[in-house]
Amino acid sequence: MNGMETPIARVRGLGSAREGAGHWWQERATSVAAFFLYAWFLASLLRLAPRDARDVAEWLRDPLAAVPMLLLVAVTFRHLRDGLQVVIEDYVHEDGNKFVALLLLNFATVAAAAFALFAVLKMALGAPAAA
Amino acid sequence: MQQKSSRTCERLPPAFAAGAPPPPLATARRAPKSRPMHRNPDRPLSPHLTIWKWGPHMAVSILHRVTGGGLATLGAAALVWWLLAAASGPDAYAAFAKVATSWFGILVGVGLSWAFFQHSLSGLRHLVMDMGAGFELRTNKFWANMTLVGALLLTVLLWAYILLVVAK
Repeated sequence: MNGMETPIARVRGLGSAREGAGHWWQERATSVAAFFLYAWFLASLLRLAPRDARDVAEWLRDPLAAVPMLLLVAVTFRHLRDGLQVVIEDYVHEDGNKFVALLLLNFATVAAAAFALFAVLKMALGAPAAA
Repeated sequence: MQQKSSRTCERLPPAFAAGAPPPPLATARRAPKSRPMHRNPDRPLSPHLTIWKWGPHMAVSILHRVTGGGLATLGAAALVWWLLAAASGPDAYAAFAKVATSWFGILVGVGLSWAFFQHSLSGLRHLVMDMGAGFELRTNKFWANMTLVGALLLTVLLWAYILLVVAK
C-alpha cells in the first residue's frame, strides 16, 4: 500500500502461495523412492557384473529389470533437479541470472533423462542382439 | 553448538550508541522497493559461519550438499553414459569400460560410491530430523558422526567386494 510496509506486512493474511510445500515434499518422496531403487540397482549390478553391452541389454530385456530401471532414471532426475534448484536459489541472487540458471537446469535435466530413458527402452524393447 | 562471542552489538550504527540523541521516528528510507532484503546493508547480519564452533553436524550438512552436487552432475553423467553405451553396442560399451576400468575411472568410481553412501546416510538422517526427532545435542552429534563412519565403511566394503569377489 505504501513504502512504509515491511514485506511481511504486505503478504500477511493473503494465505500461502500453495506451492512452497510441494517442492519440499517432492524432494523427500523421491529420496525415499531413490533409496529403494538404488539398493536394488546396486545389488543387481554386483550380481550381474556386466562385461559387455550384451550383458546389460539382456538384463534389461526382463521387464522386472527394465521397469525399475525406468523408475530409477525418472526418480533420479526429478530428485537431482529439485536438489540443484535449491542450490541455485541459495547462491544465485540476481533475478536474471537465477532465471537463466533454472531454465538451463531444467533443459539439461530433461534432456539427460530423455537420453537415459530412450537407452533403457531401446534395450528393453529391441530385438535380441545377433550373436 | 556454542556461540564464541556475540558481535551483534558491534554492528549497531553510531546513532544508536548510548548518549546519542534518538533517531527521528518514521523517516522513510528511500531504498528502492525491489531491492532484496539480503542485499540491504542496513540490515543486521545474522550469526554466520564465522562465529560458530565447528561440529560434525555442520560438516555433514555441507557434505550433504557437496556430495549431492557431485552425484547430480558427475554421477548422473556416468549413469547416462553407461546406459547409452550399452544401448549403442559393443564398441561404445568398450569405450566406456576402458575409461571406467582405468585408474582414473576407478578413482572417480570410488569417489562417486563414497558420495552416494554419504548422501544416502545423511539423507536418512535428514528424514528423521524432518519428523522432528534427533535434535538433542548428544544424539544429533552421534548420528552426524555415524553417517561419516558409515559412508567410509560401506565404501570400503563395496570395493573390497568388487575386487575380491566380482572381479575375481
